Amino acid sequence: MTGFFQSLGMSYEWAWGVATVAGVLLIAFPLMLAVAMVIYVDRKVWASINLRRGPNVVGPFGLLQSFADGLKVFLQETIIPSAANKGIFLLAPIVTFTVALAAWAVIPFDAGVVLADINVGLLYILAISSLSVYGIVMSGWASNSKYPFFSAMRAAAQMISYEVSIGFILVCVVLWAGSFNLTEIVMSQRGHGFGIINGYWFNLLLFPMWVVFFISSLAETQRVPFDLTEAESELVAGYQTEYSSMAFALFWLGEYANILLMCSLNTLLFFGGWLPPIDWAPLYLVPGIVWFLLKTFFFFFLFSWVMATVPRYRYDQLMRLGWKVFLPMSLGFVVVISGYLMATGHYS
Amino acid sequence: MIQTFAFYLFAAFMIASAVMVIMSRNPVHSVLWLILAFFNAAGLMVLVGAEFIAMLLVIVYVGAVAVLFLFVVMMLDIDFAELRAGFIRNFPLGIAIALVLLAELVLGIGAYRAGEIVLGTPTGTAAPLIGAGNTESLGALLYTDYLFLFEATGLVLLVAMVGAIVLTLRERDSAHRGHQNIGKQVRRNPDEATVMKRPTIGKGIDL
Repeated sequence: MTGFFQSLGMSYEWAWGVATVAGVLLIAFPLMLAVAMVIYVDRKVWASINLRRGPNVVGPFGLLQSFADGLKVFLQETIIPSAANKGIFLLAPIVTFTVALAAWAVIPFDAGVVLADINVGLLYILAISSLSVYGIVMSGWASNSKYPFFSAMRAAAQMISYEVSIGFILVCVVLWAGSFNLTEIVMSQRGHGFGIINGYWFNLLLFPMWVVFFISSLAETQRVPFDLTEAESELVAGYQTEYSSMAFALFWLGEYANILLMCSLNTLLFFGGWLPPIDWAPLYLVPGIVWFLLKTFFFFFLFSWVMATVPRYRYDQLMRLGWKVFLPMSLGFVVVISGYLMATGHYS
Repeated sequence: MIQTFAFYLFAAFMIASAVMVIMSRNPVHSVLWLILAFFNAAGLMVLVGAEFIAMLLVIVYVGAVAVLFLFVVMMLDIDFAELRAGFIRNFPLGIAIALVLLAELVLGIGAYRAGEIVLGTPTGTAAPLIGAGNTESLGALLYTDYLFLFEATGLVLLVAMVGAIVLTLRERDSAHRGHQNIGKQVRRNPDEATVMKRPTIGKGIDL
């Protein structure tokens, strides 16, 4: 895009600056729109599985429900509890929202369609996603109220637990791809299963890691069955209890942006990103971004499917799964995969 | 120009937030300022082209260490007045530590400016840069020339971890040990857990 702005007669520095800002807007606005629609999809899927209708009043098929909710929330009064620590109380939703957007900078939507094609893209995502716990911990502490505080403590313990095994799973993928760069990780998945199927679909060593990654991403984004931070039967609404108006909306937008990020990571790391499912020439005529979005929304459907069908975990079960099952398993797979790669001469 | 501007921006923010870490009255605020300082340090690392170190700084310090700091500080009920009362008493110690750090800094910068480390000598060996990214160069250096030091660091950390676990391990009495057997819970079926009763009207059931 820098080249395009340079052709309009700008100097390189200005063209780069304008192109970056344009890129940021081109990612952020469609993302916000996607979040609004995805909340609607989530509610619809959930309702259908429960044999309900779901939102169906605002707009055709209730499509505008999220925008109506947004407007309602926007017009509400922001209430700050008098016992709250005001600065941090207001900072917390901003942190959540910013962090959820910042990770999208390195996501490649198509070959070359990426805002920042950095060498350490995957590490950047890991770094940013480890920050999302701060929004929750800060809001829980600053609310100065019992339930948000419990929720914040649960969130901190939960996210640290699952980040460890996510880190090891990413090590497996990086070992196989030989790069931290997300574009190169996707390209290394071309024609992988039987030489015709793109992505690590039928890779017997990486497929179990995908299953663990999917479950860990549910835990990382605090979705059902791991939504103990917002368990309404125990903690009212968890860390969001004291929030109203736009601060509340920022939490929601950030949460769903994070879920979409995790869905796209599933796509990029294991299912071939923008590559078509089968390495067959006519399928490459379809723009890569279409495949990327289709796969991402498929994973989002899986997320809402899980939400509608699975009961919530107990807290000790959650910790047990993270530390006693996933961590040894992913650590073992790191050893097995690196051994396999060395034995087969993957790097030579 | 932009690099210089960015450097002074990160450096100024880092020093300011480091000052705020010790100046702010609320320990939770201190930890949050510390996190800001880590961030600016990561920014400085990116500026010198060490993007791998920068990302690791954020992942390890901000993502794990500072979360635990925050976790502990939030739980503690700290008496601020008592905390500040020790200021005068600990002042000489603080000055001494600051002097040691200053001396180390001067020594380090002096050694750095005394001349480059010559490759292939016992004082310092550096592998030639491999590939484009510094991840690969770092790995090539760490897993070949400095393998022993790397493994030794790992062992030291392992010993520290084992030590922490041993220190905090509490032997529980046998009544509490293994009170959750997940396999047993999963194996349970409705037949052994529930009983169907058809009580007649006006009579209860024997439990």
